[in-house]
Amino acid sequence: MAAGFIEIDSELCKDCKLCVSVCPHRLIDSSEQMNQKGYYAVCFTEKDVKKEERKCTGCSLCAICCPEIAIEVYRA
Amino acid sequence: MKKVFSRPKSLKRTAFHYCPGCGHSILHRLIAEIIDEMNLQERMIGVPPAGCAVLAYDYFDIDMGEAAHGRAAAVATGLKRVLPDRIVFTYQGDGDIAAIGTAETIHAASRGENVTTIFVNNAVYGMTGGQMAPTTILGQSTTTSPGGRRERRDGYPLRLSEMLAISDGSAYIERTAVNNPANIVKTKKAITKAFHYQLEQKGFSLVEVLSPCPTNWKMSPVDSWKWIDEVLSLHFPLGVIKDIGDKKDAH
Amino acid sequence: MPFAVRKLRLRYTVPKVLMRGNHTVAEAAVRAGCRYYFGYPITPQNETPEYMSERLSKAEGGVFIQAESEIAAINMVIGASMAGGRVMTSSSSPGISLKQEGISFLSALELPAVIVNMSRGGPGLGNIAPAQSDYFQATRGGGHGDYRTIVLAPGSGQELADLTFQAFDLADKYRTPVIILGDGMLGQIMEPVEFRPEVPLRKLPPKDWTLTGAKGRPSRFIRSLLLDPVEEEELNWKLMRKYVKIAKEETRWETFESDDARMMVVAFGTAARIAKGAVKRVREQGLKVGLLRPISLWPFPTKAIRDFSKKVKHFFVFEMNMGQMVEDVRLALEGKAEVHFYGRPGGIILPPLELSRVIASQYYQKRLG
Repeated sequence: MAAGFIEIDSELCKDCKLCVSVCPHRLIDSSEQMNQKGYYAVCFTEKDVKKEERKCTGCSLCAICCPEIAIEVYRA
Repeated sequence: MKKVFSRPKSLKRTAFHYCPGCGHSILHRLIAEIIDEMNLQERMIGVPPAGCAVLAYDYFDIDMGEAAHGRAAAVATGLKRVLPDRIVFTYQGDGDIAAIGTAETIHAASRGENVTTIFVNNAVYGMTGGQMAPTTILGQSTTTSPGGRRERRDGYPLRLSEMLAISDGSAYIERTAVNNPANIVKTKKAITKAFHYQLEQKGFSLVEVLSPCPTNWKMSPVDSWKWIDEVLSLHFPLGVIKDIGDKKDAH
Repeated sequence: MPFAVRKLRLRYTVPKVLMRGNHTVAEAAVRAGCRYYFGYPITPQNETPEYMSERLSKAEGGVFIQAESEIAAINMVIGASMAGGRVMTSSSSPGISLKQEGISFLSALELPAVIVNMSRGGPGLGNIAPAQSDYFQATRGGGHGDYRTIVLAPGSGQELADLTFQAFDLADKYRTPVIILGDGMLGQIMEPVEFRPEVPLRKLPPKDWTLTGAKGRPSRFIRSLLLDPVEEEELNWKLMRKYVKIAKEETRWETFESDDARMMVVAFGTAARIAKGAVKRVREQGLKVGLLRPISLWPFPTKAIRDFSKKVKHFFVFEMNMGQMVEDVRLALEGKAEVHFYGRPGGIILPPLELSRVIASQYYQKRLG
């Protein structure tokens, strides 16, 4: 399984939660941090779930679904 | 690690004004990715609609020319006839193309104009506040079909893509959606194919894209994706509606 | 059901209701006996078709159609009017442009209809802010051929209700289209409005010229194709005689602080509202400025303005456009007074304070005080 990670531009995010719904590893969730526009932007939660060994594979489903192009994807 | 997904070059660095979860945002990105991949940025001319995407030229980094509401097919015809080697596409909502623009669209197809139309179908008039559209389905509540669209009072929805397929001038018509990753990828493939058909001068091409409008459907973006699967696509089935394939042209 | 309509149904006396201009137009029309509305979405008048879709589905015999375009809508109006119905359409500037052929037809066919224009910034796709740049379009016929339509310019929510209600009577009386020329602000503004009681359909004036099927009478046709130039000329003279009659009887205007005025401001609609505020301010400073507000833009209060020129030699025309009504003011004055024009196009809404400064500046420049 390839390894990957994503970077989310929280100022572009409008909290539509489409990325949350498509991530096969459930590694994205709404944060408690409001952005300048007033949305609770989503964030990449891989660090918080290290114990469960759910890891990003760089599948890019989140980026494909993000209407705001707020997600960049890296893959090994 | 290398970057495998980033913003296409053919999109200006403007943040989208569209609602959270709007299909326009995804479609704009797909079209820009295609323009990048097919290296068409310098040959492309687009015609935006009167609708939520009226400001499409703030996003696409290509030449774009405004058309009055519904007249994009005619404006595109004028552009293409003067500059046949450019790729001309219209980007229109369901009201723009299937209400006020029906005549222009049917005749552009009938003449076999070598232009591509992206038909964004969200079954409602978005920009003006959620009025009934030609593609609003029976039972769907909008601000001008109170209580839900009723046949006798409000008429039936219109399937324009199927109607255009009858025309001998249309070369390729497909209906897709942008309500899940697989469909988004299929939409990109369909639009790519349509641009190729234009390059090969096969005739009129159109991709109808079922697109979510969470604001006027009064649903969350995730639910609006479901509504396309469970309801809207039953009335507007996805798939290829016409494809002349290897034939040189449709004329 | 819109809240305002629910309130109306609950009480039998006529209370004042707080209502948005676009809704007021629709409600007044239905109360005047309008049962047929054909429209299309365009900002800033979308609330009118939305209200009509609800209201007419509950009114007996009511028909609402959101047509496929403004052109289709005006042609549906023609058909409904031929059949004898009280019928209305509404739109905003670009949509009204689309309707021009239809309005020319309505005039030539001598069909009654009410057309509401909530003007917006233009030209072209423009914007959705209020403007008055459709004055020429409204008052010079607007479409092809020699014709005029009655044009009424409301200046408040209450006037929207009153003039829309009267428009149907005028349209029927003269067999002519009537244009209600509003703007985006008037359409959106929420004001207290008192409506006239609803007119029962059986009390509407009968029409002996409509197309209803030739049962028990000779057949008739309604058409404007007159290949013989002699006949075409005669139609034009017939329309002209009608327009002379309308000009005699239906010219409307209002004045404010005009008795001792040394300068008269002339403005209509929302611009007049701003001008009234400006005139109040300059009066407080001792400037002798008055306001003349045309309410019918066609027929234009030519004589009223010319009469003022006996005492007043300076006119200040304020419009939310690049100068349209000012031409009618100059024509009325026939050079007997000076005319200064101040206009703000594109949807700019000038605050009364700013306008008062421009008026005062002109007043002092002309050494009037």
